[in-house]
Amino acid sequence: MFTARIYVTLKEGVLDPQGGAVMNSLHTLGYQSVKDVRVGKYLVVSVQASSQEQAEKQVNEMCAKLLANPVIEDYKFEFVGE
Amino acid sequence: MKAGIIVFPGSNCDSDAMHVCQQVMGWDTDYIWHAENQFARKYDLILIPGGFSYGDYLRSGAIARFANIMSAVADHAKGGGYVLGICNGFQILTEANLLPGALLRNNHLQFRCEQVWLKVENADSPFTCAAQEGQLIQVPIAHMDGNYFADKETLEQLQENNQILLRYVDETGLLTAAANPNGAIHNIAGICNEAGNVCGMMPHPERAAEHILGSADGRIIFESILQHWGER
Repeated sequence: MFTARIYVTLKEGVLDPQGGAVMNSLHTLGYQSVKDVRVGKYLVVSVQASSQEQAEKQVNEMCAKLLANPVIEDYKFEFVGE
Repeated sequence: MKAGIIVFPGSNCDSDAMHVCQQVMGWDTDYIWHAENQFARKYDLILIPGGFSYGDYLRSGAIARFANIMSAVADHAKGGGYVLGICNGFQILTEANLLPGALLRNNHLQFRCEQVWLKVENADSPFTCAAQEGQLIQVPIAHMDGNYFADKETLEQLQENNQILLRYVDETGLLTAAANPNGAIHNIAGICNEAGNVCGMMPHPERAAEHILGSADGRIIFESILQHWGER
């Protein structure tokens, strides 16, 4: 079993109103040091596969087809454990 | 005229769409369940109604796009049949790559349910041909993710091919930021595909097709489809 940690984020240049709202709130709390916030999604997907390479191929497909919308989002993932 | 309305778990404007197609327009209309693999008969118009298909999990429209029936919808579109996606239907059509771009969260993060003014930018499409170019219509919106986005190249293509059908304007027809209810790029409210037979719009013409509802302006969308169907 391979466990993928998948991060889906809005592409650079795509407006992120949630990120903006979170940043404003952080500023209100006094964290003036915050210059940008981007909100994304974090998914943990466990895959049965014969090798990490196989699992990687599958997860890539899943991301491209469903988990991320390539028009507005980027994704990256890493595997943890066995 | 035969119309089919796709019903997903979480669709909630399917009955409104049925009422307008069947009672107001007098069309022979069926509901089509999302789990079907094909249409029981041939339709002229496939309507994808508003709602929250699959709870809008992951992204609005992202899961509905892979429902069994969607390959039949894609075939129908490829064959030149009319497809109209309203609100969640628009989101589903962009997710399914039947329309370009994507619908992002409203820029102010609020769910907006209100009347808006729309300007008919292109009165040459199957969905707007009964209107005059520049005509203003008042139709309600009700959405959280209606902020239309497309990259620069896609926008240029949309402009060049006259694929922008409707834009948010103020009551005098001016394209202002204040009249834009969701932050949509260039105030875009509705578009069509390059061939012109697939249309998506965030506003709800089916909720404004009779005077008793406060506006019958939305009926022009359905009248247009009928007119185009009769002429072709």
